[in-house]
Amino acid sequence: MATSRERAVPAGCPPGSTLLRTSKLVKVYRSDGVAVEAVRGVGIELAAGEFVAIMGPSGSGKSTLLHVLGGLEPATSGEIWLLGQRVDGLSTAGWAILRRRHIGFVFQFFNLLSNMTVADNVELPALLAGATPRQARKRREELLTELGIADKAGAAPSRLSGGEQQRVALARALANEPSLLLADEPTGNLDSSNTRDVLRLLHRTHDHGQAILMVTHDARVASLADRVINLFDGMVADDAAIVPIARGLNGVRDVLELRG
Amino acid sequence: MRQPLLALLAKEPAHGYELKLALEQTFGQAYPSPNIGQIYVTLKRLEQDGLVRSQDVAQATRPNKRVYELTPAGREALIAWVEEPSDGPRIRDEFFSKLILAPMAGLADRIALMNVQRRHYLGLMRRLMELQAGTDPADTTARLLIEGAVLHLQADLDWLERCLEELV
Repeated sequence: MATSRERAVPAGCPPGSTLLRTSKLVKVYRSDGVAVEAVRGVGIELAAGEFVAIMGPSGSGKSTLLHVLGGLEPATSGEIWLLGQRVDGLSTAGWAILRRRHIGFVFQFFNLLSNMTVADNVELPALLAGATPRQARKRREELLTELGIADKAGAAPSRLSGGEQQRVALARALANEPSLLLADEPTGNLDSSNTRDVLRLLHRTHDHGQAILMVTHDARVASLADRVINLFDGMVADDAAIVPIARGLNGVRDVLELRG
Repeated sequence: MRQPLLALLAKEPAHGYELKLALEQTFGQAYPSPNIGQIYVTLKRLEQDGLVRSQDVAQATRPNKRVYELTPAGREALIAWVEEPSDGPRIRDEFFSKLILAPMAGLADRIALMNVQRRHYLGLMRRLMELQAGTDPADTTARLLIEGAVLHLQADLDWLERCLEELV
């Protein structure tokens, strides 16, 4: 995977440059004539290779924002720029192509295709993006090996544990080496040991130079990000870098003092 | 310090320095290293309270050593301690006081206060994750202590979000 960093970041998007930017982004849902403003004027920036967590109370617009940024739902108004290109006006087909090339998606409930094998689930995005079957298979083998589930390639997703299914979902999201990984509560359904595994994989993704934008309630996960954006009532309430606080926490002994 | 010493003496009689070593061995790097002076002071108080008794044992080449053992009253006190449910950690009410009082006094707004506190918690969490990553997986005591602190911090953050929902 030594060449991944170069491959992951497209030309014209060196690490540290702006990968994703929104301006006055608004999403209004209408149901039965009632308008619900889920996202109310959000302006955020994500640098190439950056890992940013989105937190906030339930109903604060976190998932909606992520879906709009991935083109799964259209924005009501405002701008989305990805890789220097304005994308909020793209058609459904235009978004599909953009996602295939540049955006990976991981959800809380995996969303794997149940009538296909694990291998097919992971190979499909590469095939859709125009890879040859041979290339798709090679990439799938690499990913499943890296994620420690190479022996599950022929299994149906339903035969796998939750942690294994999330790894498959991650492999699928990374199949085309997207420059942006959007993750919606990827550890929300996992026990702590599987959470640790998925976190390690996300870290590796981050190390490969891919940017991660992740909605999470899990403070362990969020604390590992470069930056945490806090949403409240559809707006950005806070946006700050995470700085480890070592004062008074020099070693495990001090953990006892932290309580109380 | 009282209960751990009683517990160690329930296993077998021991002298002060043996108790220090046993404490270190039991809790590993997770427990603050016990001070030998503190152990002797505690043993003396336990003896005054009738929970342990001691006798000098002669040694051939060195000064006598004082060996402590548990009394029946000490065993009862220890059992009572073990059987009693332990207090949960208290809510961090200092922050809650700030949250309620500062806006009232016109000193700060609640969102800004919560942002400062959330950043602090996340910074502590990041540090705990570093400690966790640097802990020997075989050191169960240390791992569990860190996990306990992590879960408490998560609860503090969840509570912060509840305050945000209700108060702002």
